[in-house]
Amino acid sequence: MTSTATAPPETAPAPEPTAPARPARRHTPAWLVLPSLVLLVAALGYPVGWQVVTSFQHFGMMQQFGQPPEWVGLSNYATLVTDPELWVIVGRSIAFCIVCALSTVAIGLGLALLMGAVTRAGRLVLQVALLLAWAMPVVASMTVWTWIVNWRNGLLNWALERVGVDAQGHNWLVEPLSFLVVAAVIVVWMSVPFVALSIYAGLTQLSPEVLEAAEIDGAGGWKRLRHIILPLVAPVISIVLLLQLIWDLRVFTQIKLLQDAGGVANETHLLGTFIYQLGTGAGDFGMASAVSIVMLLLTVAISWYYVRSLMKEES
Amino acid sequence: MSRILAPARSRRSTRRSVLTVVAVLVALVWAFPVYWMLNSAFLDKVTLQSSTPTFLPFGGSLDNFATVFGDAGFVRALGISLAVTLVTVAAAIVIAFLGALAISRFRFRGRRSFILALLLIQMLPAEGLFIAQYKMMSSVGLLNNVLGLALLYTAAVVPFTVWMLRGFVAGVPVELEEAAMVDGLSRTKAFLRITFPLLAPGLVASGVYAFLQAWNEFTVALVVMTEEQSRTLPLWLRGFVQASATRETDWGQVMAASTVVAVPVIVFFLVVQGRMSNGLVGGALKG
Repeated sequence: MTSTATAPPETAPAPEPTAPARPARRHTPAWLVLPSLVLLVAALGYPVGWQVVTSFQHFGMMQQFGQPPEWVGLSNYATLVTDPELWVIVGRSIAFCIVCALSTVAIGLGLALLMGAVTRAGRLVLQVALLLAWAMPVVASMTVWTWIVNWRNGLLNWALERVGVDAQGHNWLVEPLSFLVVAAVIVVWMSVPFVALSIYAGLTQLSPEVLEAAEIDGAGGWKRLRHIILPLVAPVISIVLLLQLIWDLRVFTQIKLLQDAGGVANETHLLGTFIYQLGTGAGDFGMASAVSIVMLLLTVAISWYYVRSLMKEES
Repeated sequence: MSRILAPARSRRSTRRSVLTVVAVLVALVWAFPVYWMLNSAFLDKVTLQSSTPTFLPFGGSLDNFATVFGDAGFVRALGISLAVTLVTVAAAIVIAFLGALAISRFRFRGRRSFILALLLIQMLPAEGLFIAQYKMMSSVGLLNNVLGLALLYTAAVVPFTVWMLRGFVAGVPVELEEAAMVDGLSRTKAFLRITFPLLAPGLVASGVYAFLQAWNEFTVALVVMTEEQSRTLPLWLRGFVQASATRETDWGQVMAASTVVAVPVIVFFLVVQGRMSNGLVGGALKG
């Protein structure tokens, strides 16, 4: 254990090799940490605190104009739990998040295995393509995709037309389901590169001897994958799946920009856009705060395992 | 050549060739949107509106780029984005460097909790906080303010930059510094002359990370920069998408604008990509 924070005061003056304990420098770490602490408390801590408080208040349009907010206890949360419309949005967000995260990891794993099975040149081409997609700024990617799925003269409808689907003039962003499918495709397209390259990095750490031994013992491709490769890269897969779940739960930009491009906002909201609409659109800061708190708790719950595994590395 | 081995070997190399073809096809599909952006950026409105797409930018021109750079809105957004990004990068490097120094060079009370807090904060979604951040900024009069936005961005990137820099600081052995001190340098001087130059790659990587975050960020900017005059580049680009819902969009111009926003990002991204992945999944790879 490295929890020096709770260690009893040292009795022997035995300085740690990494931390020369000079009495005169006792306060140095405090001064070094201070700027980060002040910044984080001001820009993140205070808003979180405000949000917790506001989530117990009625804070609507009237409060915007200076009326003091009214304490309503758990009423916002009660509304949240009992309102079927909210459940639809929470359910939709979670479903969207799980579908995207699982597809991303499945495709990413497939591409990582593919990278391990092709020639050097093939691998390089694939890696460059993935890096390009990964590097694209979200907003720029969104403009390209809205251009591709544009109903007037986008490439998608033209291509569908060519293979015999009557898609001319079809607007994919009007139907909630096809809207969310388009959003999911874009989110997966953006997320796969990170997953594929991370899993591939994990694959390169496997010792070739183990794989060779398995082959000599007669294990076929599928058996080797199932019993040797997958168990060995399982830690990487679980980390990227976790990160993906966290990132896909908070998806906002993609949904917002597709809604801008002509989607029906009310039936396509996910948690992020819903909070935005509650707060800046409807001015209901109490409810917006309550939903935000739920979202933060969900994130912290999923993150916990990830953060613990990072802390282990730190020890 | 042995008769028994040959068929197996050739079967394997056939398999490899087939998979390589598959990999190249996948690569084409994945890179296609990026290509489509570049391609469309060079084509004029009439070509793009035709019912058959043009797949190669032959006969294209730089007119769309000229229009973008001539657009007052773009120039203003570029200025705001540059200002916000520069402030964020500078502040994040300084603050994160001090924090990284503390956790990798000192054992102090609360060190573990500080690291734990950083890692948890790093996971918090902006979407779960932006309403409160909006209220906070509006109550202190920092809405539509470059420094206000930079403050929020710096706070958002500092946790990860501390985490990333920590590895670099820990990578420079204390013995080097101590040797210099034996040679008569003060602790501060030893640090500045010996350790600091060795940290340069780490500082560059953190700076580029902060740059990418601040340059690309959309969500918080959307909430905090409410006026048209204070739009950052992503918000300005969004204006085009919004317009596409109602009227015919000049996609060539939109794609040229997207290209202008994306190209610096792609270049910088390729510089730090390795470092970032390491910070995110390093533990899992080692374990």
